[in-house]
Amino acid sequence: MWFPVAVFLAVCIFIILIRLFLGPTQPDRLVGLDTLNTLVVVSMVILGAAFKEVIYIDVGIVYALLSFVTTLFIAKYIEKDKF
Amino acid sequence: MILNIITYIFIGIGCFFNLMAAIGLHRFPDVYTRLHAGTKCTTFGSIFLILAVVIQSVNVWAAEGLSSPQSILTLHAIIALIAIILTNPTSAHAIGRAAHRSGVKPARAVVDDLEKEKP
Repeated sequence: MWFPVAVFLAVCIFIILIRLFLGPTQPDRLVGLDTLNTLVVVSMVILGAAFKEVIYIDVGIVYALLSFVTTLFIAKYIEKDKF
Repeated sequence: MILNIITYIFIGIGCFFNLMAAIGLHRFPDVYTRLHAGTKCTTFGSIFLILAVVIQSVNVWAAEGLSSPQSILTLHAIIALIAIILTNPTSAHAIGRAAHRSGVKPARAVVDDLEKEKP
């Protein structure tokens, strides 16, 4: 049941990667990166349910928190005010 | 049986909204509308996809008894859902503020109230 969902999410991730490569400005690329991180977390949970491995979901939790910190730091870097 | 039908409906809703997010990133004209598509749609779709995982693993957990390994999978999936719900709107707000302060203007905006407030 879960493997077609994982393949579908991989297709969505590739569509988002095109925007991340050809975004005109820096915040466009950051929006693409944020969307891609969320989809990667969801596909980790889906793959953990497919293979019945809990460690994939733990990797997804840690990836979610680390990508949140990464997005905040890149946003502070783009802001160029008080870094 | 009824749980399988509910799971397929949730998977359908989640996949539809994630695909809408991926297409909306290409169809919208500037940063702010792309942020609108890319963040809210993925949050909504992720909630439904992880709820489908939770429903299926709770079903197996109830069939196998109280001390099955599915309980850990269920609880960790709920923790991942809480992490996504907490972090995704916060990072969207940070991206929007950073984009406006770095000088990116909205594409076809008529009123820009944030422009009048100097930081």
